[in-house]
Amino acid sequence: MTDLWLIPLWPLLGFLLNGFFGRRLGTSAVVKIACGSVALSLLASIKVVWELLGRPPGARRVEQLVAPWIGVGDFRADWGLLLDPLSAVMILVVSGVGFLIHVYAVGYMHGDRDFPRFFTYLNLFTFSMLMLVLANNYLLLYVFWEAVGLCSYLLIGFWFERPAAAEAGKKAFIVNRVGDFGFGLGVMLLWTALGTVQYADAFAAAPARLAAGGGLVTAITLLLFLGATGKSAQIPLYVWLPDAMEGPTPVSALIHAATMVTAGVYMVARSAPLFNLAPVSMATVAWVGGLTAVFAASIALVQTDIKRVVAYSTISQLGYMFLGCGVGAYAAAIFHLMTHAFFKALLFLGAGSVIHGLSGEQDLRKMGGLRRHMPVTAWTFLVAALANAGIVPLAGFWSKDEILYGAFAGGHFGVWVLGIGGAFLTGFYMLRCYWLAFEGPSRAADHGQHAHESPLMMTVPLAILAFFAIVAGFVGVPPEHGVYHRFVEPVFAAAGGTAVHEALLGETSMAILSLIVAAAGVLTAIRFYAWRPELPDRWAAKYPAAYRWLLHKYYVDELYDALFVEPIRRLAVWCWRGFDEPIVDGSVNGVGALVRAGSSMLRYLQTGYVMSYVLSFVVGVVAIVGYLAFWR
Amino acid sequence: MTVPLSAYLLLSAYLFVLGVIGVATRRNALIIFMSIELMLNAVNLTFVAFSRFLQSMDGQIFVFFVMAVATAEAAVGLAIILAIYRNRETVDVAELNLLKW
Repeated sequence: MTDLWLIPLWPLLGFLLNGFFGRRLGTSAVVKIACGSVALSLLASIKVVWELLGRPPGARRVEQLVAPWIGVGDFRADWGLLLDPLSAVMILVVSGVGFLIHVYAVGYMHGDRDFPRFFTYLNLFTFSMLMLVLANNYLLLYVFWEAVGLCSYLLIGFWFERPAAAEAGKKAFIVNRVGDFGFGLGVMLLWTALGTVQYADAFAAAPARLAAGGGLVTAITLLLFLGATGKSAQIPLYVWLPDAMEGPTPVSALIHAATMVTAGVYMVARSAPLFNLAPVSMATVAWVGGLTAVFAASIALVQTDIKRVVAYSTISQLGYMFLGCGVGAYAAAIFHLMTHAFFKALLFLGAGSVIHGLSGEQDLRKMGGLRRHMPVTAWTFLVAALANAGIVPLAGFWSKDEILYGAFAGGHFGVWVLGIGGAFLTGFYMLRCYWLAFEGPSRAADHGQHAHESPLMMTVPLAILAFFAIVAGFVGVPPEHGVYHRFVEPVFAAAGGTAVHEALLGETSMAILSLIVAAAGVLTAIRFYAWRPELPDRWAAKYPAAYRWLLHKYYVDELYDALFVEPIRRLAVWCWRGFDEPIVDGSVNGVGALVRAGSSMLRYLQTGYVMSYVLSFVVGVVAIVGYLAFWR
Repeated sequence: MTVPLSAYLLLSAYLFVLGVIGVATRRNALIIFMSIELMLNAVNLTFVAFSRFLQSMDGQIFVFFVMAVATAEAAVGLAIILAIYRNRETVDVAELNLLKW
């Protein structure tokens, strides 16, 4: 087996080279290093996955120790890498989609003043993400969990001169901290309960040491899931992701759609042996995922910023993945993660291409008719939108259908209804977004005369991603029995999950139902925006309250401001004015003032007259000599 | 007739006190300096006297040390006084009061 550390090594080298010498190397060298390092990672990933495929299904698990890290008493955490079908899918997605986005970014960021800095961060992110999915213990996972959070912060605030971008970066970091705190506690609790943070040891010990359905395993998994809600933008911690759109669009595509935000899903799937022991946690995961899927989709219905529509769509799709995990359909969730990486990256890159072509315009109300000017972007965007909506035979259909089927077959009808409802909304907002941007008359001030197609550097990645958005689903055909399932399913079968394999007939009827629902959403959007363009305004006027709530995103940001931000700000101001200044500063300054006052009295001893010094000398000598001579 | 030890000691005590008074009362740095030399030499006298009366060479040796130190001190001290004079145009110690409060 090839050394696994070769996969994350290249982006790390790229990060170091570009980070230290980027400004001196010049643009073209920076590009070669950045894209080349990810390309090497991709090749290494393909090679190891190929080797993994060459093994019998039961032996597809490789653990390699790179270096010892921490060993204190019984506690061990090492730089250990784990390759199994689950992490194999992840490294292919991260390095593959990551490579395409790196190439796209070369075109998109062309001419930016901080070109080297951008690719430095991007490489650091790729390295961290690869380490995150390859780690073989929770502590290493946690370290790189934080590292990708850091990269996310740095890249959202990449244009930090813009206050909105700097604020969004801070918001993302702080909201993530809330989740990470839970994650950290979960890992500690896991260690307290099992005495290990290694996946292999922990999962082997869990069934015997943790009572199934007991409070301890429920607490551990809920804390881990809290971390996942932060990183993967689920209710209640999703609020940072829409604001993260302030970052450059390739960043939105790579970090906030395709890879980093799926880390939470990966972590939950990785922890499947623990979650399977905690039905309460599973139900929580499923319901949070289902609610987020519908909630975010409903907000996406009325947003006018093209990137925000796609961002809410991402939150919604992540909700589907958690829904899948929660009902035990882990393989389906990871399948959706993979297909989603392709079509959502494509949606973002398409949106970026539109923004690029319109010199920074992001408002859907000022677009329209762009298909004539940017055909490649339009067609690829349509493919991605339909894939996201779940239209057969595009990638999203197969994976989303499988999640919904998993929910239905497992008897989770409540979340299944949520999922079906979300599918309708998804079809609607995706087609609305496409139609407003690319079809109909132009609503731009200059009627779109200056809109232009993006350079090849950007359209070629779009085309490649579109190809995958069409075909990636076929690895999972026929449903539940495809190549993908034979590859990944053993991981979760070993986790003790209760995978449901029913007759193909039930599956087919479910697939047809979800297809009908998605198509209904798409057709409704076409009716609203193509055939009767006056309908949206009329509906907005008919239900003003509902429209206002959706437009203002249910006032969740305002609610959080009032509930958390403002009280904490007041507390901080009180600590500052009420405690720090009078008590901490006061005691330090008080000591200083005391010493000053005392010494200002003593300083008069220093008269500056030699005679008085000599006199004190003489008096002193006489006193000492007199004492020695007469009193001893 | 031999001079008794007490005579030497009285003389050196007299010289020493003279030196102390000189240091304590005079304002000219050079005079103060000379007074210090006077004190040192008063001590030297006691050393030599004791050496003679105790029939021991220790005192003589000590005197050499004292003389060597006194020479070095004279060199450094005079250099300092010279430097002060160049700076302040005076060697009056009452006016050299930069270091007072």
